[in-house]
Amino acid sequence: MPKITYIEHQGKSHTIEVANSLTVMEGAVQNDIPGIDADCGGSCACATCHVYVDEKWFNKLPKIESAEEDMLDMAYEPKKFSRLSCQITVEDSLDGLVVKMPSKQA
Amino acid sequence: MIKTDVLIIGAGPVGLFTVQQLGLIGLKAEVVDNLDKIGGQCIELYPDKPIYDIPALPECTGESLTKNLLEQIKPFKTNFHLNERVQEISKEENNWKILTSGKKTFLAPNIIIAAGVGSFEPRKFSVKEAEKFENNGIFYSIKDKNFFKDKKVSIFGGGDTALDWAIELSKIADVTLVHRRNDFRGAEHSSNTARQLEKEGKLKIKTPFQISSIEGQDKIKGITIKTEEGKVEKIATDCILGFFGLIMKLGPIAEWGLNLEKKTIPVNTETFQTNKVGIYAIGDICTYPGKLKLILSGFHEGALAARACFKLARPNEKYRFEFTTTSKALHERLGVKKID
Repeated sequence: MPKITYIEHQGKSHTIEVANSLTVMEGAVQNDIPGIDADCGGSCACATCHVYVDEKWFNKLPKIESAEEDMLDMAYEPKKFSRLSCQITVEDSLDGLVVKMPSKQA
Repeated sequence: MIKTDVLIIGAGPVGLFTVQQLGLIGLKAEVVDNLDKIGGQCIELYPDKPIYDIPALPECTGESLTKNLLEQIKPFKTNFHLNERVQEISKEENNWKILTSGKKTFLAPNIIIAAGVGSFEPRKFSVKEAEKFENNGIFYSIKDKNFFKDKKVSIFGGGDTALDWAIELSKIADVTLVHRRNDFRGAEHSSNTARQLEKEGKLKIKTPFQISSIEGQDKIKGITIKTEEGKVEKIATDCILGFFGLIMKLGPIAEWGLNLEKKTIPVNTETFQTNKVGIYAIGDICTYPGKLKLILSGFHEGALAARACFKLARPNEKYRFEFTTTSKALHERLGVKKID
């Protein structure tokens, strides 16, 4: 299973295995990793699963769609490498992905 | 003081259907919601997105679902108290006394919490000075546009609200519209209008900028904005408007002594009662083994909570289970004309 690393805002790192076809958001929520709220449950409607993707990974991810970009307008402190973790689906090629959580989600 | 059988917190689909279930068994409900409209997440988050998993409705939208539910509860002539958030509850003999943000009070033996992920509140600026100036220069909604007449106003956001207010206020104020990227997500014609006003010198647009700091002691004097690449600009500003949409917060519900599990309320699945007698939780806000956050699950939960409410609302009566297909009593409550 691909390993995903989630780094909390304060620096605490969690590396876990996430099954293919789950989203990066689901990986965090199912494993009780703090810092990802996912209030809307993964329907790209709330921007509370916001993460900063490690720069070298950002361009390897499938391109961001406009609905996600629109939601990122509402995220807390969005940056250049911001993504919504509910829109990143885990697959073998993402083994080693690193995401950082913002200081809060809203 | 409004007396009722059940106070429902939340006018989303689950709260609405529960009004119907209560109405059928002869119980009266009042509904409180912090939004300015009925429909909850369905209306606020995805009015146009299609929903495919409502039983017997192959496809609907958040908006059409809300409309149909309102049609379904019409016979019960329900009062909605919108723009009101339930603040405090206290026990008064066999009733709960409920106080809202608008100072309305209710007295009811039952409270059904159908509040989704909580009440909708505006998303705020993250810079540290923002809290200090809230309602004193920083606003997240506009009550009276004339307040901004002849002022220097900085508007943040890229959706319809930001664009519409930038266009409107540019007629009476010195407006700068700031957005984190070059594209606006609001309606195309609005962003075209804004760009046209910019060309005519009637509106300033700063993209891709975000707020960096707010300057001023007792009142706002200016703001600093920056790009991702580190380009910095200062703008003289009297007022700042932030339109970043709404966020759901559990809010005062967390203070009522209810058991909480990751922002949800554990319930007994027979009655959907919480750890407090007479307080029930249904829909996305409740949790139990096997819980699914589906609208259809919320409907089932509401039906059961409604029956549980009967005991406290009508302690001297016996509840009888009846079908809408055949029961005369239910037909009367529904206002259905007798067909011979």
